[in-house]
Amino acid sequence: MSTLPVKRTAHWVGSGAPWIWLNAGAIALCMIMVVGLLALIAVRGLAHFWPADVLELSYQDGDQTVRIIGELRSAEQVPAQRLVEAGVTGLPIGQEEFERLLLRVGNRDSYGADFRNVLRPFILAESAPDELVAIERREWGNQYGYLRAVKQQGTVVAEGAAVWSEFQARLLRANALHADIARIQKDEIGRVNHRIERLRLNGRKLELDGALDAMAKLELAEERALAEAEFATLRTQLTQLSTEVGRDSYVLEIQDGQMLEKPMAQVIGAIRPNQLSVPSKLAVYFSNLWGFLSDDPREANTEGGILPAIFGTVMMVMIMSILVTPFGVIAAVYLREYAKQNLLTRSIRIAVNNLAGVPSIVFGVFGLGFFVYILGSGIDDMFFPEALPAPTFGTPGLIWASLTLALLTLPVVIVATEEGLSRIPRSVREGSYALGATQAETLWRIVLPMASPAMMTGLILAVARAAGEVAPLMLVGVVKLAPTLPLDMNAPYLHLERKFMHLGFHIYDVGFQSPNVEAARPLVYATAAVLVLVIVILNLAAVRIRNQLREKYKALE
Amino acid sequence: MNTTNPSGAVPMPTIPFTHGIDLSALARDGEQRSLATEEICLQVQGLNLYYGDKRALNAIEMQIPRRRVTAFIGPSGCGKSTLLRCFNRMNDLIDGCRVEGGILLDGVDIHGKDVDVPALRQRVGMVFQKPNPFPKSIFENVAYGLRLRGVTDRRELAERVEAALQASALWGEVKDRLEESAFGLSGGQQQRLVIARAIAIEPEVILLDEPASALDPISTLKIEELIYELKAQYTILIVTHNMQQAARVSDYTAFMYLGDLIEHGDTDTIFTKPTKKQTEDYITGRYG
Repeated sequence: MSTLPVKRTAHWVGSGAPWIWLNAGAIALCMIMVVGLLALIAVRGLAHFWPADVLELSYQDGDQTVRIIGELRSAEQVPAQRLVEAGVTGLPIGQEEFERLLLRVGNRDSYGADFRNVLRPFILAESAPDELVAIERREWGNQYGYLRAVKQQGTVVAEGAAVWSEFQARLLRANALHADIARIQKDEIGRVNHRIERLRLNGRKLELDGALDAMAKLELAEERALAEAEFATLRTQLTQLSTEVGRDSYVLEIQDGQMLEKPMAQVIGAIRPNQLSVPSKLAVYFSNLWGFLSDDPREANTEGGILPAIFGTVMMVMIMSILVTPFGVIAAVYLREYAKQNLLTRSIRIAVNNLAGVPSIVFGVFGLGFFVYILGSGIDDMFFPEALPAPTFGTPGLIWASLTLALLTLPVVIVATEEGLSRIPRSVREGSYALGATQAETLWRIVLPMASPAMMTGLILAVARAAGEVAPLMLVGVVKLAPTLPLDMNAPYLHLERKFMHLGFHIYDVGFQSPNVEAARPLVYATAAVLVLVIVILNLAAVRIRNQLREKYKALE
Repeated sequence: MNTTNPSGAVPMPTIPFTHGIDLSALARDGEQRSLATEEICLQVQGLNLYYGDKRALNAIEMQIPRRRVTAFIGPSGCGKSTLLRCFNRMNDLIDGCRVEGGILLDGVDIHGKDVDVPALRQRVGMVFQKPNPFPKSIFENVAYGLRLRGVTDRRELAERVEAALQASALWGEVKDRLEESAFGLSGGQQQRLVIARAIAIEPEVILLDEPASALDPISTLKIEELIYELKAQYTILIVTHNMQQAARVSDYTAFMYLGDLIEHGDTDTIFTKPTKKQTEDYITGRYG
């Protein structure tokens, strides 16, 4: 009778199974970390836009009872010990931990702070009345309270039950007017200002060239008068709109019973969160989210949206790609196809690889010192003398940031392209030569198309690195708040010399430079989530192009 | 004269060991060819080739007749591929490769100073051991050489591509899928496509470097038939390890050994009555 060998521990170790488990475990750990990171960012960031209930509390504050109205932002358990050490008295005995709620009470213009911590044991009564209103304002943050009246030029037009519908109707009108005002201020006055500035620069240029004769002066003056007339018209329109938008106001009863009368023009939107059903809350959620993605920032970046930062990031990455790809590819082609493979090319290759290891801030310093101060000032002296002493290109800006990052990512593109070139089968090249192609013809018609997926790989790595880079940008063009986008309707449409906003820097700025920490914290997560998303989208686009190229040019394996 | 030899048996001295070749099939038209009566296309004069310090070809002297198939046989590393690559100067692409002596194509030295190498390669086409189509469509593969020569007219391109594919007996198989990738073709089809690519630019000479070694027997047969067809128009030089193939397709055979040209002459003669001992040893399988 034959018996099968019994499985032993030593057998199991010898079988290689532990090795497989170790590898799988390492992968699992990596995945958990990546997924955990993304989940944390997404949950913390995206939860911010959910319209939370607004609570009305009767609260024991020391020896007096106060009313607190605020939006519940978070709750946590705090050890009793810590509270006692912090000087809280009157806590019930025998409990280890107490719940602490963070309420956004808003009305920063009245109280100075947006947030308030309350301890569960001191809450005497808690309710969430349907009539409570949360108002989002252009300045001073949110307001919470009871809407008591709507006024037109100081006269009450609605009170009591009718107040909410009247408020909403008048809010629509105010917002429509405000949109007009914003358009005139941003687009039209911007355009006229741009024209006046161009006229001034033209005059200065003619003066520098010594061509500013009476004739030219007259022409300039005429044009200037035209532009100024247009400007005056716009100003009148603006004044008129401002008066109109200032017509309505509303009266809000806030937590301490004060009746505040505020102009309707201040309001962006208002909801009664306690009354909303889940679908309406979802609608509010997505409108908040969309606002975050599509609005300009307000209140030192702690409110409003991040559109300029998204735009700046994408724009910079694209300009960087346009700059780095040709440079990297040409350099790689020379190194691999034309240069003799000797000590010199080997040392150049080593230098290129080492360049990838240089800390990015060093590139920033170089960008500032060389691109901005030397190259930029040179360009100013040569092409924009009329604007001096105000620099045009001789100051940090989009083009210099893109160039600096192009330099930073150049090694990646060179290495990837070289690798791709070296992988092209010799037989295919020989096939081309055998048909009477010159080296250049073979390069253009056969080698470069076949190496294009490798170039895209290089570009993908470059984009991933560049989009996440912050340190060098702080030196060469990123700002906390850029008044204008680098792309607009004024010729030459693309303003490469302008400063811009960037998601990475925005995270740093909101998170660490913000006066309103509690308000900023969720925005840090939300901005981080958007940054990751932007990088993923840019990468996916590049991967898609690469896969198409691969399919088209797959070589004989 | 059918001889089949079980492996390991000592061949009889008078009847050569012939790798199972049916020698009676070699008797083409019953005539014996002689280089003396042929029109000469390529003339090799004292050709030495060095890879660095290593000499790979020793003072090769030979004449290649026009519109005939000349086969190069010999053991691996004997220099037959190297010699073949001299005829269109493909060896220029190899670092450290140096050539002495000359090769005359229609009386002109192809290594001359003022020779336009791409133009030379258009006159002397080449097909490699492994099919090497470009990552383009079937049509564009064949049109590649034409485009290089500046042919842009679409009708002319279409006509010449069709003619080349007809000549390489591939037209019937690919005429409905000209725009598809050449990688979709089988190995044998790819090799015929590569031949079509070479003949599309109407060269005078076609160099075939073991063109069937990577193919199955049926594809090999098709390539051999193709070579037979093409020799009416082109001077064909073929390197092969397959002795039957050399015997079947070639008019003349050159036997090379260790960089020397040992014997060159009518294929029948080389296979049946070789004059040199080394040739006989190789053909009869004593080494190689």
